[in-house]
Amino acid sequence: ELPAPLLDDKCKKEFDEDVYNHKTPESNIKMKIAWRYQLLPKMEIGPVSSSRFGHYYDASKRMPQELIEASNWHGFFLPEKISSTLKVEPCSLTPGYTKLLQFIQNIIYEEGFDGSNPQKKQRNILRIGIQNLGSPLWGDDICCAENGGNSHSLTKFLYVLRGLLRTSLSACIITMPTHLIQNKAIIARVTTLSDIVVGLESFIGSERETNPLYKDYHGLIHIRQIPRLNNLICDESDVKDLAFKLKRKLFTIEAGVQWHDLGSRQPRLLGSSNYPASASLVAGITGAHHHTQLIFVFLVETGFHHVGQAGLELLTSGNSASASQSAGITGMSYRARPRALYFKENKSKVGARQLLETREEHLSSRLLILTQAERLCMGRRFFTAFHIFNELPCKGDCICLQTCQTQ
Amino acid sequence: MFVELNNLLNTTPDRAEQGKLTLLCDAKTDGSFLVHHFLSFYLKANCKVCFVALIQSFSHYSIVGQKLGVSLTMARERGQLVFLEGLKSAVDVVFQAQKEPHPLQFLREANAGNLKPLFEFVREALKPIDSGEARWTYPVLLVDDLSVLLSLGMGAVAVLDFIHYCRATVCWELKGNVVVLVHDSGDAEDEENDILLNGLSHQSHLILRAEGLATGFCRDVHGQLRILWRRPSQPTVHRDQSFTYQYKIQDKSVSFFAKGMSPAVL
Repeated sequence: ELPAPLLDDKCKKEFDEDVYNHKTPESNIKMKIAWRYQLLPKMEIGPVSSSRFGHYYDASKRMPQELIEASNWHGFFLPEKISSTLKVEPCSLTPGYTKLLQFIQNIIYEEGFDGSNPQKKQRNILRIGIQNLGSPLWGDDICCAENGGNSHSLTKFLYVLRGLLRTSLSACIITMPTHLIQNKAIIARVTTLSDIVVGLESFIGSERETNPLYKDYHGLIHIRQIPRLNNLICDESDVKDLAFKLKRKLFTIEAGVQWHDLGSRQPRLLGSSNYPASASLVAGITGAHHHTQLIFVFLVETGFHHVGQAGLELLTSGNSASASQSAGITGMSYRARPRALYFKENKSKVGARQLLETREEHLSSRLLILTQAERLCMGRRFFTAFHIFNELPCKGDCICLQTCQTQ
Repeated sequence: MFVELNNLLNTTPDRAEQGKLTLLCDAKTDGSFLVHHFLSFYLKANCKVCFVALIQSFSHYSIVGQKLGVSLTMARERGQLVFLEGLKSAVDVVFQAQKEPHPLQFLREANAGNLKPLFEFVREALKPIDSGEARWTYPVLLVDDLSVLLSLGMGAVAVLDFIHYCRATVCWELKGNVVVLVHDSGDAEDEENDILLNGLSHQSHLILRAEGLATGFCRDVHGQLRILWRRPSQPTVHRDQSFTYQYKIQDKSVSFFAKGMSPAVL
């Protein structure tokens, strides 16, 4: 049975926190999940298309009113509570966090999630959702200044919350606008204090927005941490590259970028400003070759690393000292994660500018994916190697040679 | 305890060194398996263990301990293990005013105080009983992990002071051992954490550093372990020895091998 959506009110721009009780019996879960936004404007959870990764929901539907009324939920809206005169114990947390903690603890105690009052009906798990923790709306100033007066407030709050969750039948999901937090050390500490950490990186505003490689996607999902609870190891998925799409009804997470679909894309040199120049240089190098094959190197990154830069240097410097450059690339890629290097083959004899215009036709030709960095060489030696690949019976799809950098 | 790690460290529960500070450090990976190793190691060595567990609950360590062959519940019942469960105590401290000084009293204070109550707790837990018979071999203090104290508002200096007091009492006076875990934040620019890590590195006799692989995730090699012995009393040539191994964590044990010699590759 799929879990019901946790929050349905992201469309309303209120900053409140809702606590839901769901009638799904489950085993003892006491965990905290923190989502981090990076440049993401707004997000809705919706059903998924054919290549899904995980559960899915329909964003266009709201939760039926009867369900909301029937289930037992508690809301916490800080501006209302802050004016009331609740007795606040002296504590070094900001008042907003203190009140929130007391609120949660009251519910846990009264509803019997910590075993103090035994739950009469079937046992439930308390699910807590906290939105925009760490933002000024909670009275915290870590988003405003680098070394604010309350720099420990958030981490203390998380620690006590962790304690509350570990001693009760509850789970909590938190969203945090980490792109606004200026002190990176706090983000590292928050990660340590949470169990599962997922980062959402939106393409809006970054250079990837116009990168045709990411045309269909709105951002990447990084799974930063998975807990090792009650165990020495954790269950890490093999899929590390997740991207998400946000449409009117759908929120899709897709595993990796489907490489064979890229035949219709228009890869472009990442962040390159002297694009025609580099293309001509490449053309110049290959001029002597019989088939005038132009090879472009695209270094697609899953994170912001310098591997792309190295690739650009290779192409934009016109030296024939390409062996050293290839060594440079090799050196870089060994330090980075296993990367995919794309080679696009262009059969006809075109100059640089024409190449730009007729990209699409040529892209439908074979797209070769080569992931062995040692073979990256722009000298004659490379071309011969490429020839061999060219003659392999490949059917217009990609040949993927994966090199996993195992030590 | 992991037998292979014992071999690498050239130690067994029967003849472990005493009076030493061991620093566990993890960078870009989870080094908690080392904590589980030392906990089960010292329990098997029949030591009196005071475990300050700040980041996980008792049941977590207990379940993993059972996989490694020690029962934390029984050890606690017979008095061998004194367990301070930080998370549960924090909830008690924050929500109810405590009559007696609590080890985690600093959570209620606005300004960064000191860790004296925590030290008093440790000293009380590990002090030898004057009943005449020696039930346990030597006391051991285990802390998981110290970086959390920085998140809770303590300054790096306060934490270093605490460890200094603990070393003076446990290592020198009581001839026991101290094992602490500190996270290495790497490029997160956590200055307080760096101060703490550097200060402890200079004080410790043995440093075990678990690092993630530089090239990223790998199914067969989970990380790299660097072992560094620091023996200030020895002549310079033999003073610092450093070894690097790679490891793979399994359900009940960890296997270590030399770099590049993973069984999956060979």
